[in-house]
Amino acid sequence: MDKITVEKLDLFYGSFQALKEITLNIPANEITALIGPSGCGKSTLLKSLNRMNDLVEGCRIEGSIRLDREDIYGDMDVNLLRKRVGMVFQKPNPFPMSIYDNIAFGPRTHGIRSKAKLDNIVERSLRDAAIWDEVKDRLKKPALGMSGGQQQRLCIARALAVAPEVLLMDEPTSALDPISTAKVEELAMELKKQYTIVIVTHNMQQAVRISDKTAFFLLGEMIEFGETEKIFSMPENKKTEDYITGRFG
Amino acid sequence: MRTKFDEQLNILNKELITMGALCENAIGNSAKALVDGDSRMAESVWELAARIDQKEREIEAMCLKLLLQQQPVATDLRVVSSALKMITDMERIGKQSADIAEIVTLENIKNTDGTDDIHDMAVAAIKMVTDSIDAFVKKDAAAARAVAEYDDVVDGFFNKIKQMIIVHFSRPECDSEYAIDLLMIAKYLERIGDHAVNIANWVLFSITGNKEG
Repeated sequence: MDKITVEKLDLFYGSFQALKEITLNIPANEITALIGPSGCGKSTLLKSLNRMNDLVEGCRIEGSIRLDREDIYGDMDVNLLRKRVGMVFQKPNPFPMSIYDNIAFGPRTHGIRSKAKLDNIVERSLRDAAIWDEVKDRLKKPALGMSGGQQQRLCIARALAVAPEVLLMDEPTSALDPISTAKVEELAMELKKQYTIVIVTHNMQQAVRISDKTAFFLLGEMIEFGETEKIFSMPENKKTEDYITGRFG
Repeated sequence: MRTKFDEQLNILNKELITMGALCENAIGNSAKALVDGDSRMAESVWELAARIDQKEREIEAMCLKLLLQQQPVATDLRVVSSALKMITDMERIGKQSADIAEIVTLENIKNTDGTDDIHDMAVAAIKMVTDSIDAFVKKDAAAARAVAEYDDVVDGFFNKIKQMIIVHFSRPECDSEYAIDLLMIAKYLERIGDHAVNIANWVLFSITGNKEG
């Protein structure tokens, strides 16, 4: 079943067209990887999925993006959309507050005040992000004192705290060491049982390791989309082959 | 952009051609040893088989290094993985040529009946090996498929020799050692044809991504 359907999406930054007629179905409970050289539009598409591009001046969109068949650029409340579609960024960006408060921040914003409920959410989110055992004894300590890998998993936990349906990840491991990268990758594979995940990555091997589907973008166009195994063993388009085998990009 | 990797793939291609040529020589020399009753020629086959073994180890190490260093995908991955599979079949071809040579040195085949067919069968098997390696180098799927079809020619020779041996057994002057050794040689050549088909199928996989046969 498709969680998100993108149909004939054109996106402009002023007069520059960053995405051209993108049509893409993102399946539920799978990891979809968006790959392509810098400037190809993959991060732009990712940001369109929870309307982060609304904040960019001069950004204009044609076509549609539907979440469970509901047009996210229609009457949908943007705050509600961002609760349903969470985002994890390239660089870990914990808030300058305690580990506990980082996780509780989203639920509090959405009106949860009960300490028992917040305690429960914090523990569940940290457990789901596979970091509970590492931080359970120092929840009141500053999040900025954690290692980079821990900070990134904290950010994933923070995204999970508001019970999203979709998790967008923009190069979530590019600033991490190999061990932290492996932890985040394993986490993503575990999380897909409950969430739909869309990940932008420059790491081809990461796309192969963790994603079910891969979409290749070039100069704002989606060149090829399909099963990851097929894309990386027998791509149909020569441009895909040339990119993934390092002939350009 | 990826000069080093392309250089490594070119070397891999050349090494496979070299190994294929060694296999062709091994089959050819084993057939010649039989037809001419030349035991020194038979010894040259053992030497060739040893060089084929060595080449298999070298190419295997090269492929493993490529997998480690380049983490190939798409066509590159298919080429490297096919090469790894092809060298196993080529090693078997070398071993079976050496087995033929060993039978020749037993000198049980004094009767020349059937040796012309063995010679022609060996020529057909060599053609299959040559064509399968050529198909790999030229990335020619049609040529690879033709190798599989040509296997019928080699099988035809095997059946012809087998029938001749059955007739030979029914004769009062039957030389059973000659007959059994000749049949074994024919069987080795028939297996060499099958290995060439395997190689051709891996060539097809490297080109199309589909495993046929």
